[in-house]
Amino acid sequence: MASSSSYSSSCNSPCAACKFLRRKCMPDCVFAPYFPPEEPHKFANVHKIFGASNVSKLLNEVLPHQREDAVNSLAYEAEARIKDPVYGCVGAISVLQRQVLRLQKELDATNADLLRYAGASCNRGTGRGSHHGQNSGLYSFSSPWSSSHDPYGDHRN
Amino acid sequence: MASSSSNSPCAACKFLRRKCQPECVFAPYFPPDQPQKFANVHKVFGASNVTKLLNELHPHQREDAVNSLAYEADMRLRDPVYGCVGVISLLQHQLRQLQMDLTCAKSELSKYQNLQGITSHGLIAAAAAAAASHHSNNILNNQYNFLSSSRERERDINLISSTTTGIGIGTGGGGGGRGSADQYNSISHHQFFPRDQQQQQMIRTFDQAAAGNINYDASSLLAMNVSAGIPFQQPRAAAGDDRRTIDPS
Repeated sequence: MASSSSYSSSCNSPCAACKFLRRKCMPDCVFAPYFPPEEPHKFANVHKIFGASNVSKLLNEVLPHQREDAVNSLAYEAEARIKDPVYGCVGAISVLQRQVLRLQKELDATNADLLRYAGASCNRGTGRGSHHGQNSGLYSFSSPWSSSHDPYGDHRN
Repeated sequence: MASSSSNSPCAACKFLRRKCQPECVFAPYFPPDQPQKFANVHKVFGASNVTKLLNELHPHQREDAVNSLAYEADMRLRDPVYGCVGVISLLQHQLRQLQMDLTCAKSELSKYQNLQGITSHGLIAAAAAAAASHHSNNILNNQYNFLSSSRERERDINLISSTTTGIGIGTGGGGGGRGSADQYNSISHHQFFPRDQQQQQMIRTFDQAAAGNINYDASSLLAMNVSAGIPFQQPRAAAGDDRRTIDPS
C-alpha cells in the first residue's frame, strides 16, 4: 500500500493532502504515505482542526516509524472535534473516567461483601474457613488516580 | 476574566505581540497569568483555527471548548504520537480490566451466598423433616412447600431469592470487552496502546484539570458522544440474572 501510494504520488495521483492544497505532490511529500488519495476526508478533517503546517511540524518531530500512528491519532481527534466542537475527544475521556470510577466503587463494594462472607464463614467454623483464607476472592485494581487508596493490598488471588 | 481593554493584554495577544482589543475573542479565556495555556494551544492548533472554532460556538460554550482544546494540546505535546487517544485507549483497557475483575468478584460472592443458602436451607429442611413425621401430608415433595407454614421460613425464602436476584449473579458472565478492539472505526486498537507510564501521569493530570477547570455536563456529554459514535465502549452489565434452584435435600 505504502509503496503504491508513494509511487503514485510521484507519477499518477497526488496524495489527499496535495490534492486538497492544490499543489504538486513531490516524491518526498511528508503527507503522501499517510493521506492516500482515496481518503480525502481524513486530511480535510486534520487540516480543518490542526492546519497543514502544524501537522507537518508534528510529523517532522516524531520518528518515521511513529508517524502513521501519529497521523491516525490526529485524524481521530480531528474527527471527534468536528463531531463535537465543544469537547472533542476530551468528552470521551471524561465519560470513560466516570465509568472507571463507578466500576471501581462497585468492585470495592463487592470486595467488602466478600470480606464479610469470608469472615462470617471463618467465624462459624464450618470447616470451609481455611478454603476462604486461601482464596478470599478479593480483587484489587489499582487505578492511577487512587494510587494511595488500595485497601486490599496484595490479597488478590 | 482578563481586563484586556484597560490594563494587561491577554495571554494570546501577548504571545502574538499585538494590541489586545476590547473585543478580542481570546481575552476571556486566556488570562495573562496563564501564558502556557495559549502557547500550547497555538502550537498544536494554531491561533486562526482556534478563532474559527470559537466563532462557530455560542458564547456560553466557548470556555469549555477552550479548556478542552488546552487539554488536548497539553496531551499532544506530552505525547506527540498518541496525544489524547492514548489516554482513551488506556481508559478503555482499564475499564475492561475492571469489568473482568468485577465479574470474577461477583462470581466468587455468589458462591458464598449459595453456600449460605444451602446451609440455612439444609437446617430448615432437617427441622421440617422432623416435624413432617407428625403431619399426614408429604410436604417435602414440593421444593418450598414445607417452608410455607412458618413465618421464619418464609423470610428465609425471601432472603435467598432477593440476594440471588438483587446481586445479579451470572456465573457465565465473561465480562465485556473482548470485542472492543473493533470499536475504533478505522483504527486498530493495538496501535494506540501506550507503552509507557507517562499515560498514567496524563490521566492524573486530566483528573486534576477536570476537577478545577473543566465543567462537563454529564448528560450532554453522554448524549453527544453516543450520537457522535466516538469509539469508546459502554461497559456491559457484569452479570445477568441467574437464579439457582436450591434443592433442600
